[in-house]
Amino acid sequence: MTLNPDAKMEETQKGAEVYNVDPLIVKSHYEIDYIHSYAQDSEFFRALGKKKLMGSKCTNKKCGYVYATPRGHCMICGSETEWYELPNHGKVHAFTTCFFGGEEFLSETPFNLAMIEFEGVNSLFMARLIGADAEDLYIGMPVKAKFRRNQKFSPTDVYFVPDVAKK
Amino acid sequence: MSYKGRDVYMVSGGVTKFAKASPDMDFRLRVKKAFDYALNDGNITIQEIDGSVASYFSDHFQRQLMAGIMVNDYLGLSPKPSKRIEGGGATGGLAFQTGFEEIASGRMDTCAVYGFETMSHVNTWKGNEFIALASDTNFDYPVGGFYTGYYAMMANRHMHEFGTTVEQLAKVSVKNHGNAIHNPYSQSPMKLTVQDVRNSPMVSTPLTRLDVCTMSDGAAVAILASGEKAFEIADREGTKPVKIASIGTGTDTMRLSDRPFGRVPLLSNEKESDYKDLKYPGIHSFRAGRTAAKEAYKGAGITDPLNELDLVELHDAYTSSEIQTYEDLGLCKYGEGGQFIDEGKSELHGKVPVNPSGGLLAAGHPVGATGIMQAVFMFWQLQHTVKKHFKDDTLQVKNAKRGLIHSHAGTGTYVAVSIMEAVQ
Ligand SMILES: [Zn+2]
Repeated sequence: MTLNPDAKMEETQKGAEVYNVDPLIVKSHYEIDYIHSYAQDSEFFRALGKKKLMGSKCTNKKCGYVYATPRGHCMICGSETEWYELPNHGKVHAFTTCFFGGEEFLSETPFNLAMIEFEGVNSLFMARLIGADAEDLYIGMPVKAKFRRNQKFSPTDVYFVPDVAKK
Repeated sequence: MSYKGRDVYMVSGGVTKFAKASPDMDFRLRVKKAFDYALNDGNITIQEIDGSVASYFSDHFQRQLMAGIMVNDYLGLSPKPSKRIEGGGATGGLAFQTGFEEIASGRMDTCAVYGFETMSHVNTWKGNEFIALASDTNFDYPVGGFYTGYYAMMANRHMHEFGTTVEQLAKVSVKNHGNAIHNPYSQSPMKLTVQDVRNSPMVSTPLTRLDVCTMSDGAAVAILASGEKAFEIADREGTKPVKIASIGTGTDTMRLSDRPFGRVPLLSNEKESDYKDLKYPGIHSFRAGRTAAKEAYKGAGITDPLNELDLVELHDAYTSSEIQTYEDLGLCKYGEGGQFIDEGKSELHGKVPVNPSGGLLAAGHPVGATGIMQAVFMFWQLQHTVKKHFKDDTLQVKNAKRGLIHSHAGTGTYVAVSIMEAVQ
């Protein structure tokens, strides 16, 4: 048993970063690594390494909805979907050039975002579009998928470029 | 789906001045200020409050879990019942509707709905990252990570489908920032021209800095009551309840990419032939907004919204979404939103003033407080007490009898529409 009225909290060199005194405003740091499972979406990310863009298709024969961005179950009828390889060629359905962004992507600005549509597919796919400036983009622009060699297991392992003959 | 329940009234409200940062108060004190304003203005005592609903969007911004109960505790409402409601940008509208349900169900006779957000805890770009976490983190966040980018693509498609122009978008900014000049609670009152909006820095084509709302600190409180209680309170000096005639809520897919290309759910003033070739909603329109409006109109018996609404406070996080929402609410047909602003129909003295308060663009958007702020501004309009609260009656819509408030989340993922009516 210890009953010590002289006990003292250890003093350290660690200090606070103070922005303002009245009101007192200090820096409060927070950081975390998540263990994120892609779960039922895993195959999409693995397939990008094989240069395959996978959507999904409803297994209900009466429905058969085809998703460019895969989902495990159909939003129309609730049935399970199966993997479906998308064509590598599509068209721009909508686009923007971002000159600002969330902090994580701020250093990558300006970048183009596009919603891509594919022949015979019922939904869209959001992707980065490179190889074109803001003024070059238009709705209906033919684009093709390209894949990163060194996979990051991110949806940006696939990106799109203008589908035009090489210069 | 049909609604059966007791009539619900709003009996008082309070709002703090929205600001980029107000570190002199924390979220609890900010709500306390708005709450005390509401109690005082409504001549209501805290003992009369049966329970509450807390409205705030982001645990990331707050960095304090269970912040809702901390407010309840600070206000002195414990141990009464309370819960937190969250639904992105529509959090405030959804919480307001939850308060409505508490009264309509007969559970409570009075309910305090309080909303808050403290967005100044992080810098603007970190804030944008936090907001973008409200997009699918497998497929959308890692690609764009930026809500303005998502809305810019929707605006781009709206312009393609319907011929909407950047000048039409800019007019919304001019109108809302201009209205805010007469709203002392607003964060960004500004006298602007279309040219000013187009000349401001490009954020995400076609949206410039002045097409986009800013981050805010703020709080808002709405006190709701049953008919019997509302009229008991109204017998006290200087108070007048406003009826919440109906509520409506709609949802849509989290991912913009999943939006179907189907048919328009028609309002009673529309025909199938109006939209023969329109693939709906695609990414140009908000199906959740249309769904919410349909339910709310049915509940309030509205068949001709443009002629049966006297004013609207809607979720203009972007100028483009205000134009898209005119159409979702049936103030005009799909495709006519740009023309609607061109014709001045949504101006302060137009056919149906939209966002006389300045909206999110100019009054501010402290997310969890926003939908409740709309309810408070609408309450004052329908009470005809704008002059008393704003010390300026420029924004008072003359003969305002019926108004609509509209709260919207994500890329149009949750939308809450409520109809409020003046009591004769
Ligand atoms: Zn299906």
